[in-house]
Amino acid sequence: MSATTAAPTWTKMRPKQGALSRLFDWKPFLAFVCLLPAVGLLMTFLTYPLGLGVWLAFTDTTIGRSGIFVGLENFIWLADDPIFWNAVFYSVFYTGVATIGKFALGLWLALLLNQHLPMKSLLRAIILLPWIVPTVLSAIAFWWIYDPQFSIISYVFVDVLGWRDTNIDFINTAWPARWSLIAANIWRGIPFVAISLLAGLQTISPSLYEAALLDGASAWQRFRYITFPMLLPILAIVMTFSIIFTFTDFQLVYAITRGGPVNSTHLLATLAFQRGIPGGQLGEGAAIAVSMIPFLVFATLFSYFGLARRKWQQGEGND
Amino acid sequence: MTEAAAMNAPEAKSTNTSSAQPEAMAWDSKSRRFVLLYLPLACFVIILLFPFYWMTVTAFKPNAELYDFAQHNPFWISSPTLDHIRLLLFETAYPKWLMTTMLVSVCSTVLSLFASTLAAYAIQRLRFKGSQYVGLAIYLAYLVPPSILFIPLATMVFQLGLFDTPFALILTYPTFLIPFCTWLLIGYFKSIPFELEECALIDGATRLQILWQITLPLAVPGLISAGIFSFTLSWNEFIYALAFIQSSENKTVPVAILTELVTGDVYQWGALMAGSLLGSLPVAIFYSFFVDYYVSSLTGAVKE
Repeated sequence: MSATTAAPTWTKMRPKQGALSRLFDWKPFLAFVCLLPAVGLLMTFLTYPLGLGVWLAFTDTTIGRSGIFVGLENFIWLADDPIFWNAVFYSVFYTGVATIGKFALGLWLALLLNQHLPMKSLLRAIILLPWIVPTVLSAIAFWWIYDPQFSIISYVFVDVLGWRDTNIDFINTAWPARWSLIAANIWRGIPFVAISLLAGLQTISPSLYEAALLDGASAWQRFRYITFPMLLPILAIVMTFSIIFTFTDFQLVYAITRGGPVNSTHLLATLAFQRGIPGGQLGEGAAIAVSMIPFLVFATLFSYFGLARRKWQQGEGND
Repeated sequence: MTEAAAMNAPEAKSTNTSSAQPEAMAWDSKSRRFVLLYLPLACFVIILLFPFYWMTVTAFKPNAELYDFAQHNPFWISSPTLDHIRLLLFETAYPKWLMTTMLVSVCSTVLSLFASTLAAYAIQRLRFKGSQYVGLAIYLAYLVPPSILFIPLATMVFQLGLFDTPFALILTYPTFLIPFCTWLLIGYFKSIPFELEECALIDGATRLQILWQITLPLAVPGLISAGIFSFTLSWNEFIYALAFIQSSENKTVPVAILTELVTGDVYQWGALMAGSLLGSLPVAIFYSFFVDYYVSSLTGAVKE
């Protein structure tokens, strides 16, 4: 009896909600309101421009004049353009070599950092520095290091060590310039790879290594059969990111060589910029930018499925 | 065989010593540790830091020393000077560039944090139908690089009348900040026990009260990580700032150094390096205060 009378008084105890506050407590509405700023911004400034970029690639838009649909004309024109094909070649080459270099050295550095070391956190902070500093600013430092006359590397090789008679030519001819840019990219990429892989290494249980040691596994075997497979899932993600952002790199090349000498170091992004913004040919620039998309999709699928596939092979659940 | 036997003799000795202390592994001897660990590590640190050292040295060298390696040791400064810094601060618009960069970075960080906190809360806590697909879509947005977007964005910015204003940057930077922050915060919200929110719900709190009074205070470390990450990313951004800003006084530091200080055929290397150094310092200092948050957000986001 008392229980039934208690129930209504209890509901009255609840603070009365206004219509507005009830509306904000209604889950679908609240979810909609919460998602609105993020989704709205991304739709306006990311999804729409992505579509617009594809559309622009099929028009002859220039700065100050909205173009008309010209079909595949931009792409046909680009297919006959040796500078475009050179940019495609160098983008692939740059991405390939720089990714291999970054991951080889980054993994090595991560393995070194995973040992017992004094001042470990300070060391980690120092190592991340190249990644924190604005790329353009460190690229300017590299530009100065690669200076034809006053390069410090040339100074060391010519005057200190006496191994060479002439200054090293870093960025004034095609192939040295290509390699110099790749070196600068690797320098900038190592910290990110090393710190991410270090985080992966720290999740590997030491008991696995103890068991392997008891079984008499060599250092190489422990790396090959424990470290590497355990690291693969994280490696797949880091590599996907690294490939995408190396392939579409802009800052390093623009700051150090601006695509020169004689257009030999243009990446697709710098070529798109040069044709699109200072050159004013927005349609052609957009076509070059859009031609990056298939490479990106391919690289993402390759690195992600090629490496992440191993995850379920090890019998781990999706987390 | 004889070789193996010869190898075995010192091997046996070392295993004897190591058996005394079972913790130490056979390869953990001092000289070997030096060659395999400290030497490569020192090489890495030297190579990774050398450009910064070189930047600093160049920024404080007088021009006479800068271009004369025969008379002066280039690795050291014999008569340090503040000439380049003075030139930079008083004869160029450098302070103005710094202020613009600061304004743009802070505004776009605040905007992205606001948007991504709400989005992450909705995706992770409200769990409406299809919430994981929205999460996936936002994650995929992070994989769209700015190099593909800058040409269409330039036309949009022009049509909206934002060309050459800081708003062009404040509104476009969130395109790469929001996906990252949302992703980070989803992971962070996941680590906060759901029971706390259920308790608050039973006590009659509205969902917005729960977000404001329970979830957000608990997520402060996550918000700090996302904040510093966004700040550094927007400070370092280059291609949008290069494409959308034309007048000298509205440029951000990275763009201005490259386009305003590099004039003619003779480069003012001292001033360039001083500018790079000063442009790197704010992020470096900011980063040094929050390095642990930074590393955890970087690795946390990768692990997710």
